[in-house]
Amino acid sequence: MSERQIELEVLRYDPEKDSAPRFQTYSVPCLNEWVVLDALNYVKENLDTTLSYRWSCHMAVCGSCGMMINGEPKLACKAFIHEYSDKIRVEPLAHFPIERDLVTVIEDFIGKLSSVKPYLIPKDDKPISAGEFKQTPAELIKFKQYTLCINCMLCYAACPQYGLVPEFVGPAAIALAHRYNQDSRDGGRDARQEVVASNEGVWECSFVGACSEVCPKHVDPAGALQQVKVASTIDWYKEHLMPWVKK
Amino acid sequence: MSCKPYIRETSKTTWYLEHPRYKRYMAREVTCIFILIFTFELVCALGAVANGPEAYAAFLAKLHSPLSILFNLVALVVTVYHSVTWFNVTPQAMPVQIGEEFVPGQYIVGAHYGVWAVVSLVVLILGVW
Repeated sequence: MSERQIELEVLRYDPEKDSAPRFQTYSVPCLNEWVVLDALNYVKENLDTTLSYRWSCHMAVCGSCGMMINGEPKLACKAFIHEYSDKIRVEPLAHFPIERDLVTVIEDFIGKLSSVKPYLIPKDDKPISAGEFKQTPAELIKFKQYTLCINCMLCYAACPQYGLVPEFVGPAAIALAHRYNQDSRDGGRDARQEVVASNEGVWECSFVGACSEVCPKHVDPAGALQQVKVASTIDWYKEHLMPWVKK
Repeated sequence: MSCKPYIRETSKTTWYLEHPRYKRYMAREVTCIFILIFTFELVCALGAVANGPEAYAAFLAKLHSPLSILFNLVALVVTVYHSVTWFNVTPQAMPVQIGEEFVPGQYIVGAHYGVWAVVSLVVLILGVW
């Protein structure tokens, strides 16, 4: 296994001491098979115990280690050292306030996520004794890709619209609302539309498409948002031109 | 949460210079300005037609100026860029599901090119006729 000396340029911010973030460079002996998260763990264990960052699974499942790597939103556990030169710049996810070092404040996203009711709201209340809600493969395929979202927030860091208009509900939350709206077992679309189809909802999206380009799970939030726009536009026409037609 | 999170503002005027994908996006948005001006030119053409053969001949004469030819060439190029980039994303906005599969994106894009060709042909035939 080949070893390579990497200059890891990490954004540091200590809210108790610093008035603004600064960069600190660590020289890290990396194995070529490592990911950036391994390099950060090396720093934490051997060079600087004060470095703060989030991580958990190390296998692109938990969505905790999202950060900007050379200006691109990435999961640090999926960013392989061999894909980079000998100098790597690591910063917290863009568009989120910095809590400390690489740790961001994510309350805004969590609030938006819960505002779209990302859970099944059954169409019909039926007792458990009536059995399961069955679904065909054709019904499943409608929303399956969106279930792969791990809430890593890379799409929010990539979305320039979220950076410019922080009120924007954003890609992942709306894509998850769409996921449940598309679910044959769900009857909660009307309850979600109030947030999803508002000005700060899907209409803030100008289809830059960056969210889908950076998604580490190959979900297509940009596509979901455009589909929500189409459905919401049809709703508007039905309501205003054909009020007698039920949605 | 810390009492003093640091907020990095996004520049409202230069944000699109920060990443090549943002520049691509803005390049596409800018094409709308050319399409807007061309649409205005088209409305003027309709007005000239309505005002009789002399007005139309005067309008055509104006179109022969080098500046007008240059603008129309640029407008054609950016309109093609606008259309092609739109066709490329249509499978995302309008997925078509048949049974348990989604129709591959290239068929949806191809259908748009097909309709584009047919409409262009019809306009050409009507124009010649």
